[in-house]
Amino acid sequence: MNFQDLIFYSFSAILIASALGVITVRNPVYSALLLVVAFVSCAGLWLLLEAEFLAIALVLVYVGAVMVLFLFVVMMLDINLDQLREGFWKWFPFGALVALVLVGEISMVLMGRYFGLEEMPEPSAQGADYNNTRELGRLIYTEYVYPFELAAVLLLVAMVAAIALTLRHREDKKSLDPSKQVQVKKQDRIRIVAMPSEKKE
Amino acid sequence: MDYIQQQFAQIFGTEWGSMLFSLTTNLVLIFAIVIPLLLGVAYLTFAERKIIAYMQARVGPNRVTFFGIPWLRGWGQPIADAVKAIMKEIVIPTGANKVLFILAPILTIMPALAAWAVIPFSPEMVLSDINAGLLYILAMTSMGIYGIIIAGWASNSKYAFLGAMRSAAQVVSYELAMGFALVCVLMMSQSLNLGDIVKGQQGDSFLNWYLIPLFPMFLVYLISGIAETNRAPFDVAEGESEIVAGFHVDYSGMAFTVFFLAEYSNMILVAALTSILFLGGWLPPIDVAPFTLIPGFIWLLLKIAFILFFFLWFRATFPRYRYDQIMRLGWKIFIPITLVWIVLLGLIMQLPESIRDNFPLTIWF
Repeated sequence: MNFQDLIFYSFSAILIASALGVITVRNPVYSALLLVVAFVSCAGLWLLLEAEFLAIALVLVYVGAVMVLFLFVVMMLDINLDQLREGFWKWFPFGALVALVLVGEISMVLMGRYFGLEEMPEPSAQGADYNNTRELGRLIYTEYVYPFELAAVLLLVAMVAAIALTLRHREDKKSLDPSKQVQVKKQDRIRIVAMPSEKKE
Repeated sequence: MDYIQQQFAQIFGTEWGSMLFSLTTNLVLIFAIVIPLLLGVAYLTFAERKIIAYMQARVGPNRVTFFGIPWLRGWGQPIADAVKAIMKEIVIPTGANKVLFILAPILTIMPALAAWAVIPFSPEMVLSDINAGLLYILAMTSMGIYGIIIAGWASNSKYAFLGAMRSAAQVVSYELAMGFALVCVLMMSQSLNLGDIVKGQQGDSFLNWYLIPLFPMFLVYLISGIAETNRAPFDVAEGESEIVAGFHVDYSGMAFTVFFLAEYSNMILVAALTSILFLGGWLPPIDVAPFTLIPGFIWLLLKIAFILFFFLWFRATFPRYRYDQIMRLGWKIFIPITLVWIVLLGLIMQLPESIRDNFPLTIWF
C-alpha cells in the first residue's frame, strides 16, 4: 500500500460511512450535514482521478449552493420524530418494492458488459500541462453541444415551472419602489411654518 | 533540503519517505502563510479601530504598549485582546447542540484559511499552482457559509437563528454576482490559474490591468465581496441593533474569536483576490526603474492594504442596508449588469481583427 492508496481508502471509508449515516441518522440536520461530508469526500476521490474540474464543481455546486438551501429548509422545519415514524410498517412493503426496483436497475447497469474491470481502459496519468477544464469545455461546446443545450433548456423550464407554481399575486402586498423613494424632495414631506417668537411678558 | 530528503528516505523507505517529505515541506509552507495571515488579522482589527476612530475624530486604542515604549502606544492592543479571549471561558448554552456548537467556528475558519493555498504572492511564491485556482477559491469561499448556518442552528436561540438565515440568503445571492464577475475576468485571461491571470495583465503600466476594461465588474466584485464577508453596510447577519450579534450571540471566549478571525481573514482574502484579478497582483503600476526594484509581494501587500482601507472606510461611512434593499441590489442590479457585461465582452472578443484594430482595444484583447 502506498500513500495514494492510503488516501483513497480513507476517503472511501469516510464516503461510505457518511452515506450510510445520511439514511440512518434520526436528526434530519445531521443527515444533511453527513451528505455534505459525503460530497466532499467524493470530490476528494475525483481529485485522485485527476478530474479536478469535476471535483471542484461538485463542491462548488452541491456543497456551496444546493446543500445550503437544503439545510436552510431542514432547519426551519419543526420535525416531530414520533409523527414521522408513524405508519412505518404500513408503508414498508411499498418502500421495499421501490428499493428492489432501484437495486435491480443499478445492478443491470453495473453488471452490464460495459462495466467490467476488463472493459474499462486503465486511466493514464496526464502531463503537468494537461488542462482538465479546457478539455471539458472544448468537448461540451463542440461534440456535445446539442445535449448540453438541451439539458440547459430543460433546467430553465424546470426553474420557470417552480417559480410559476409558487408565485402568487397578492392584492394587499405592500411594496416599496426605491426610485420613487430616492426622488422624494423636501417639499413633498415637510412644511416649514414661520412662527413669530414669543415675547417675554 | 536534499540532505533532509535523504534522511526521510532512509528512515521511511523511498516511496513513503518522499511522500512524508513533501507532506512536511507543505506543512512548513502552510505555517509560513497562515502565521503572517493571523498576525495580519490581529493588526487589521487594530487598523480598523484606529482608522474609524480618526474618521470619527477620536483617538482609538492608545494604551497598551510593548516594554513601556511610549511611541508604540496602542500597538499592543491586538495582543492584549487575544490574550483576553484565550483566558475567557467558552460558555455552551444548555439547550445548544454541543457537537455542532463546537464544530461551527472550526467550519468557519477552515475554508477562510484553505483558500489561501492558491494565492500567488509573486511569480514563484505560490503554495499550490493548480489549473483550476479560481474555481477552487470559489468552492472554498462558498463553504464558509456552513459555519454560520450551523452556529445559528446549534445555539438554539431565536436571534442566532435569524442571523444565520439572513446570512445564508445574503451569501448565496451575492455568490452569483461574484461568480459572474469572475467569469468576465477568466474570459479576458482565458485561464483559471491565478498566476496566469496576473501574467495576462502584464504590460507597460497599470492601463493593462483588468481594472480598466472591467471597471463595472471590479465594483460588482468589491461590493459583493463586502456582502460575502458580512461586513458593514451589509452586516445584517450581525445587526447588533436588531438581533444583538446575529449568529454568534451565544459564543464567548476563543470560540467567538475564531469567528472573528475567519471574518477578517476572509476580508483579507477578498482584498487579495481583488488585487490579483483586477489590480495586477504582484505587478508594479508602471514598469520603469524605481517601481520594478520593489519586490512583487510588496506590491501585492500594498494593493491588499489599499483595498482593505476601502472596507474600513465603507464601515465608517455608510448606514446599514435594509434587508430587502440588499436582496434587490444583488438580484436585480448586480446580476443583470454582470450578464450584460459578459455578453458585451464575448461580442468584443469575437469581433474580426480588422474591426478591432480600429478601436484602442489591442492592449487588452
